[in-house]
Amino acid sequence: MDRDEAKGIIDRIDAACAQAGRVCIMEVCGTHTVSLFRSGIKSLLGESIHLISGPGCPVCVTSQGYIDAACELAVRPDVTVCTYGDMVRVPGQVGSLESQRARGGSVEVVYSPRDALTMAKQHPDRQVVFLAVGFETTTPGTAATVIAARGEGVENFSILSGHKLVIPAMEALLAGGEVPVDGFLCPGHVSVIIGAGAYRPIAERYHKPCVVAGFEPRGMLEAILHIVRQVADGKALVENAYGAVVSSEGNAVARDVVDRVFVPADAVWRAMGTLPDSGLELREGFRAFDAVGRLGVEIGPDVCPDGCLCGEVIQGKATPAECALFGTACTPVEPVGPCMVSSEGTCAAWYKYNRPAQPGVEKA
Amino acid sequence: MCLAVPGQIVEVNDVEPDSVVGRIGVVDLQGSRIQASLAMTPQADTGDWVLVHAGFAITVLDEAEAQATWDSLREALGEDLAPPEGPGGP
Repeated sequence: MDRDEAKGIIDRIDAACAQAGRVCIMEVCGTHTVSLFRSGIKSLLGESIHLISGPGCPVCVTSQGYIDAACELAVRPDVTVCTYGDMVRVPGQVGSLESQRARGGSVEVVYSPRDALTMAKQHPDRQVVFLAVGFETTTPGTAATVIAARGEGVENFSILSGHKLVIPAMEALLAGGEVPVDGFLCPGHVSVIIGAGAYRPIAERYHKPCVVAGFEPRGMLEAILHIVRQVADGKALVENAYGAVVSSEGNAVARDVVDRVFVPADAVWRAMGTLPDSGLELREGFRAFDAVGRLGVEIGPDVCPDGCLCGEVIQGKATPAECALFGTACTPVEPVGPCMVSSEGTCAAWYKYNRPAQPGVEKA
Repeated sequence: MCLAVPGQIVEVNDVEPDSVVGRIGVVDLQGSRIQASLAMTPQADTGDWVLVHAGFAITVLDEAEAQATWDSLREALGEDLAPPEGPGGP
């Protein structure tokens, strides 16, 4: 998209804002946060549009207790922890998975839960635990892998379930009433699974426009325009601005696979407490694959490091710049909280794209 | 973690015919080949374009959509759009 096209859409957004007033849009998905920065959209939009980052970074919303449990497992002599790369550097109370690995713990970064299952088959003498973290885009893969593990009789594979659901999080934020959101930029790839229609209860119950967007600049700008126009017209509809990839119904096959294995359960979100039915736990028939039961590990309480504002940041209640640790005690090289570690973390995105240049420090 | 990448299925193997993850596609993701389970896209076959996330195809795309999606992801994420890491699956 060239500058003229961008200006054209932004002019239309400004015109709509003249009618709507100041519009607060929450971008739910961490990848949207990064794309909005990287594309320069954040800096191009006028004062009338206020973009708030939401809890759409699965690593960022993982509780401290979960990280600590994973670290405990990693140093057990007969256990190998398999994880997506983003989790490895998140600091727990006694260190990160990376530091446990440096101490001799067994931690393997995997691209897919299938790789973790393969590792279990290749090392029958070890207990392989997969850290099942991620939103609805990711849960079908975990579910299918658990089904495969049972079907193939793999007895040394288990998961530490940390999956979260996007819509309960959006509902909790709205019900809390603390974040002044006028509309939502809805995640692109989560919506491939759940379908654009899944946001209808949010739009209807809370009267907030929900627009599904892809990740490229034009698509995101147009989605923002749709939201602002709806606000100006007093509407609250679901619109799908990523129609090439997302359908209204989503992927029913994928949802069925998840339903076979998991059931919604209350889940602890970092600094947000327990949100009802916002996570997934294994059904009775697959309980044998739960690392908690099989290995006797406990997921302890969620503890936030002193001064860390990740909890407020993921709820849109604070910006990274408002955190006293941002850019000083907390940097990508030495992170304090998960928002600085994850490639989709708001603090990491701000650090990379929105940090004022300091003398002697090269701007990212 | 939302990241999903479009690619074209160049081969389909029925590794475990009775398993949910039984159909594995060899997918060409813009030059690098990976294996992705077709469990979520049972209708997908050789030649089809799919969106791949964490080793699973999550939806079928038509070729024009796939190319546009790839272009836009590259424009949006640039060097952050790294190829998949980690041990390859079966």
